[in-house]
Amino acid sequence: MVATVSARAQVAHLLRRAGFGGRGEELDAAEKAGYEATVASLLGAPQGAADAGVAATPPPVFPVIAPPGRDVTARKQANRERAQQAAQLAGWWLTRMVRANAPLVEKRTWFWHGHWATSIQKVRSAPLMLAQNQTLRALGGGDFATLAHAMVGDPALAVWLDEIGSTKRAPNENLARELMELFTLGVGHYTESDVRAAARALTGWRLDRAGGRLLFVPAAHDDTPKTILGQTADFDSVSLVDLLVGQPASHAWVVTRMWNRWAAPGPVPAEVMARLRTAYGAGRDLTALLHALLLDPVFRGPTVVGALAKQPVEYVVGALRALGITPDDADQAILLGTLRRLGQVPFEPPNVGGWPSGDAWLTAAAAQARLDFARWAVTKGDLGAVSSAPAASRVDATARLLGLDGWSDRTRAALQEAAGRPATLVALALAAPEYAVN
Amino acid sequence: MDLWTRRKFLIASGVVGASALAAGGAVIGWQDLARGAATRPLAGGTPVLVLVTLYGGNDGLNTVVPAGDPAYRSARPDLAYSPDQVLDLGEGLGLNPALKGLHGLWGAEQLAVVRGVGYPQPSHSHFQSMDIWQTASPAAPASTGWLGRWLDAQGRDPLRAVSLGGTLPPLLAGATTSGSALPLGAFRLPTGPTLTSFTALGAPGADDPATLAAAATADRDLLTVAHTFGPVLDGLARTSASGASGAAGEGSLAQQLDVVAACVAARVPTRVYAVSLGGFDTHAGEKATQEQLLGQFDQAVTGFLGKVAHSANPVVLAAYSEFGRRVQANANQGTDHGTAAPLLVAGTSVKGGFQGAQPSLTDLDEGDLRFTTDFRSVYATLLHRVLGADPHQVLGQDFPQLDFV
Repeated sequence: MVATVSARAQVAHLLRRAGFGGRGEELDAAEKAGYEATVASLLGAPQGAADAGVAATPPPVFPVIAPPGRDVTARKQANRERAQQAAQLAGWWLTRMVRANAPLVEKRTWFWHGHWATSIQKVRSAPLMLAQNQTLRALGGGDFATLAHAMVGDPALAVWLDEIGSTKRAPNENLARELMELFTLGVGHYTESDVRAAARALTGWRLDRAGGRLLFVPAAHDDTPKTILGQTADFDSVSLVDLLVGQPASHAWVVTRMWNRWAAPGPVPAEVMARLRTAYGAGRDLTALLHALLLDPVFRGPTVVGALAKQPVEYVVGALRALGITPDDADQAILLGTLRRLGQVPFEPPNVGGWPSGDAWLTAAAAQARLDFARWAVTKGDLGAVSSAPAASRVDATARLLGLDGWSDRTRAALQEAAGRPATLVALALAAPEYAVN
Repeated sequence: MDLWTRRKFLIASGVVGASALAAGGAVIGWQDLARGAATRPLAGGTPVLVLVTLYGGNDGLNTVVPAGDPAYRSARPDLAYSPDQVLDLGEGLGLNPALKGLHGLWGAEQLAVVRGVGYPQPSHSHFQSMDIWQTASPAAPASTGWLGRWLDAQGRDPLRAVSLGGTLPPLLAGATTSGSALPLGAFRLPTGPTLTSFTALGAPGADDPATLAAAATADRDLLTVAHTFGPVLDGLARTSASGASGAAGEGSLAQQLDVVAACVAARVPTRVYAVSLGGFDTHAGEKATQEQLLGQFDQAVTGFLGKVAHSANPVVLAAYSEFGRRVQANANQGTDHGTAAPLLVAGTSVKGGFQGAQPSLTDLDEGDLRFTTDFRSVYATLLHRVLGADPHQVLGQDFPQLDFV
């Protein structure tokens, strides 16, 4: 392993982790501007409608699916419509990720989708999943408390973790447990009696499906005193979240979750933890945290660069951006099929723990799916930057096209054999080990 | 419907998941298995263990049902089965109505029901409790799986223990060696010079950092797997009992067990197979979901045991989950995370009948069942009587063995 990381490798790494990778000219510009300035422009880029790629990809508007009643044909029809809406939603988000000029907001939203991992397979409503997605997009860079409050009041999450219909007579512990274990504290920082008391605090919510919001039913809420994390009060969902996100363990947990997904697996080095907790601060500032993470010397160093595998969505979106492919409806179906084979369809995490990170994605079966995708992508993409280059420099031109700062000797030699066939060359490059690394 | 599957435990189980992969849990090919079968077939009569992990926390009380117990019915009136709905086992217990095939095995005395299986100070976290079951270390986190430690004691052989599906469960991760993951599904490779180039891409590089090396290994393994045994997998995929879920997916339990049956028939030198079924986290609307899953389990397992019933090697199949569920139902016609649960062991060499005492429904620990049988007693029995190993070496202490095999 090299002891230092070149300036170009550092910006290539930054563009991969804070977005979906950059093309050669974007790497050139970032290297010229410098690492710190690139971080600032990634975080300060125009957002929302000010981003032309975002403006060009408005979220879908879903027609209401009428309750089908008991009729079998009508139920099948409703299920078909729901499946179509789910595919439309996932296809829209992929396209948004591909088109957004400033990809950091989408990358950050993708991260939060994995954190508050909610699946449409149980929620069964594209409008509710879209509303959650917009909440994650809008609040993912603010105060973590604001985000946590919004999520505990989010209808899709409430369906997913059975907050809906949980009553003081028979509280359901699903949300209470995962709120502590996965969303705010981490295992080991609460007791079973905390979970049971928190479940009582979260009782009393019903879903207004037509209005897409939660309704509070005071009669179903347990308003008696509860002792949670050593404090006794009449906790409800608001005061419970305030209690949780204020815990020192919660600060460490949020930093760890961010570090493991944006930087590297495993424990956060102590000095990094100290720096990132300072940035997060009493205001639980997620943008300040991300800013500090991207600027951290360890993040730019040899233990972090190349230490993650690309998740399937990162792989597919990155390739589409590099090859200039804007997916149409037919393409979206193909892409979702690819992602299904790879085991990562947006809005369908396998469980509340979200998707794996790291080498779990690097299997023989995934290699086959990546190879099939690569062969498809080169028939749709713009390969001009490679095919117009002289054969001798096409392997380098391919690295530029894909935003890589270079190839290993092994890969360079293998690709050189295909230099006379640009489409094959790029397909092989997309299947190369270097492109599977994040 | 919460889709708890094996994949999640590779992330969130932290230490164990990461080390499982780092310890070189290579994805092996059919080629390796076939070569093993040809050059050193499993000696006739050597027992084979198939371990089925049910992810999500299967409700034990609605699997082996104390239907006649009034405390059962009053704790979960909307979820309870009546005595005439369950498949009678005697002693006031009956199998879930979806387990018809297993009830047949019970009648043939080829199904053992180990009751009240659990461990002290139970964790209600999916991640932590599954780690405990897979590492056999309830007191403190461990970085090796219980079968991984058995593998360590055997010396390196990637064929000795195999999991089905693309990823390796922590239970097969040892300190110095690991089991292997065998993918499912069909393969399509390039041809001619493109294949030559693709082959070169997967060559090991001396200076590759870990993640890059893993990516190259994946490319290389794809060739190993696809070249020799692609047609076999294609054939299996076409004849499989249930729908495919893609080459990278774990496949249905029936698909996984189809591959195991083919391996057993080919007499590959594998002693342990790990398969899984997820989705048991039934906090709401439990009855329909669990019946559907248990139905899948029943069909897959009884179909599989039928196929291997006359094989040269006796097959012992054991099925467990990370915990059972709370005795009392919640307000959503579901149950929350619980503790002890029955563990099922089946096969022609199994001694049918009950083992262990049924936990009380009235003497509860904070609403949860008190375990009566330490899960490590089950492991000790499997290690000693199926794998011919010294349980103490794997489990670090002695546990009374059970009489189910």
